[in-house]
Amino acid sequence: MLDIKDLRATVADKEILKGITLTVKPGEVHAVMGPNGSGKSTLAQVLAGHPAYEVTGGTVTYDGENLLEMDAEIRAQKGVFLAFQYPVEIPGVSNAYFMRAAYNEIRKARGEEEIDPMTFADLMDEKMRLVEMEGDMLSRSVNTGFSGGEKKRNEILQMAVLEPRLAILDETDSGLDIDALRIVANGVNSLKRPDNATIVVTHYQRLLNYIVPDYVHVLANGRIVRSGGKELALELEAKGYDWLLEEAVT
Amino acid sequence: MIESYLKGFEAFSRNGGASAPQWARSLRLSAITRFEELGFPDTRNEDWHFTSVAPIAEREFAPLTSGTGHVTAAQLAPFSFGATDWHTLVFVNGRFDAGLSSTAGLPDGVQVLPLARAYDEVPLLLEQHVGRITSMDAHTFTALNTAFINDGAVVHVHQDVEVARPIHLMYVSDERAISGIAQPRNLIVLDRFAKATVIESYATVARGAGAYFTNAVTEATVGEGATLTHLKLQRESAQAYHVGTLDVRQARDSHLMSFSFAIGAALSRTNIYTELRGEGCGATLNGLYLGDDRQHIDHQTRIEHVAPNCYSRELYKGILDGSSHGVFNGKVYVHPAAQKTDGKQTNNTLLLSEKAQIDTKPQLEIFADDVKCTHGATVGRLDETSLFYMKSRGINARTARELLTYAFAADVLETIELAEVREGLEAATLRRYAGA
Repeated sequence: MLDIKDLRATVADKEILKGITLTVKPGEVHAVMGPNGSGKSTLAQVLAGHPAYEVTGGTVTYDGENLLEMDAEIRAQKGVFLAFQYPVEIPGVSNAYFMRAAYNEIRKARGEEEIDPMTFADLMDEKMRLVEMEGDMLSRSVNTGFSGGEKKRNEILQMAVLEPRLAILDETDSGLDIDALRIVANGVNSLKRPDNATIVVTHYQRLLNYIVPDYVHVLANGRIVRSGGKELALELEAKGYDWLLEEAVT
Repeated sequence: MIESYLKGFEAFSRNGGASAPQWARSLRLSAITRFEELGFPDTRNEDWHFTSVAPIAEREFAPLTSGTGHVTAAQLAPFSFGATDWHTLVFVNGRFDAGLSSTAGLPDGVQVLPLARAYDEVPLLLEQHVGRITSMDAHTFTALNTAFINDGAVVHVHQDVEVARPIHLMYVSDERAISGIAQPRNLIVLDRFAKATVIESYATVARGAGAYFTNAVTEATVGEGATLTHLKLQRESAQAYHVGTLDVRQARDSHLMSFSFAIGAALSRTNIYTELRGEGCGATLNGLYLGDDRQHIDHQTRIEHVAPNCYSRELYKGILDGSSHGVFNGKVYVHPAAQKTDGKQTNNTLLLSEKAQIDTKPQLEIFADDVKCTHGATVGRLDETSLFYMKSRGINARTARELLTYAFAADVLETIELAEVREGLEAATLRRYAGA
């Protein structure tokens, strides 16, 4: 489904990704871990098509197509979803309007009919239960005045509505208390299907108690320095990152 | 070309204006003298530093003093917000049109009438206020308007009377206004504890292009504990010139809610002035200007805190596209006696093109020592992070830009309490930026 080969990327002429190779198949959950500054958020942003990052080398193939040639909205329409580490506030645009606009754009891209506001409201009701959100947030401006936990839940709500093929969660656990974390993780788990895949970018192993990965990759200094099964995350939790960084240097 | 106005004044004094009472005629005489002395301002004048009125000064606009055009009710529909029960005075090319107007159902204690009738019905009210609220000493356009006082609206709300329905003053121009100048002169008087919403709409129904000039002055006095909501909606034609002044005096515990919406005219200047003369007053001055092509849209606001324990809030937003040029000059003066003044002034402008331009000058002048006043201005482009966020949800780049542009204006439009106008302007803004 996703084939990343020797991906290199810079931001403001500084190389952040220095050759990432990673393959994700349908049904899999991959965790990307690493210390601050290792490039894991950059990887997430590059996959979603953030214009601030320049890809300087390598390839990314998504369902047989060159992902890097697509604009961000085309990637989204083809099923790539990024849950932002810092969800953006958009004062003046209601959550309901925003989500319906996104949902309909994606339906249009798939050659499906647009959905009317009433039918969409029913869909939202169902999806909001999944992340335990109240109805009033729909009429509020996107993320505006939301608490940290509400913002992250709103990301998962969008994911639930848009039903991506490839979901990338960028430090969705950061800043969450344990209850919010559980809600978010439950949401993600209930969206798991044999034909979609998830990349979980996280600093902590804690989230992986709830979203159990098939593979764990450790990123350091722009490269994957170790890959393994879910037990690797536990090892990192116990020993920290330093031993891997030292190994990577030597 | 002040000569053409001086000549026009002579003709006007002999004909159309001759029937006015003595005080009005002498007021006009002193005004034309003042106008002649002042001439049109150039950009060395601090109040006109960013706005050249050369396009107005170099043209000849003939005073529109007679003939009301042939505007139909259907042509007014796009500007009347679907309201059917508002109290409406319509002026076509500056002249009152009784056939299009309706003041049916006005409550007792409220007068809404054209100036010509007001001379007969409320002579003392006019003599007491017209030309006494606003100053023409340094204001060429106010002097010019005053010299040609002939028609306009008079609104008088007596003590304790609340006017439930909005009073809509519509100034429409049709093609017969081209090359002409209309100079409505309005007076709004709210007695103690009165409450009213007055909308001033400037619009065009002209077929075909051509420049005309609207130079309007509204004087208002808001009595003790009274509340005036004033909405000025400038939707002139793309070739029009527009100068409009609202000058308000507020008595103790009175409130003013002003909103200025400017979308039309080749060159427009809106002045919103208020003086908080008694304790416990509040003034909220909000506005939205939307410029495109080569439009020039200038707002000057002045809030004078004369008395202590008053507040003022000001939020002006603008969206400028094409080669349009916006100007915001907001002054807040806090007089030495105006202790405990609470003032906040904000101006935010969104530039959609490389060639669009804004000159913003928020000014605070504080002569009291125990006040809380802030001001700030921002000028920006659409936020790239927000655009990326929307695109990452599948929303195409164009829609994302349109939505964000509309959203920029949404919060200031939300401050309009009158639902019909708020929703109407939201829809107009959406149409303009989101093609919806």
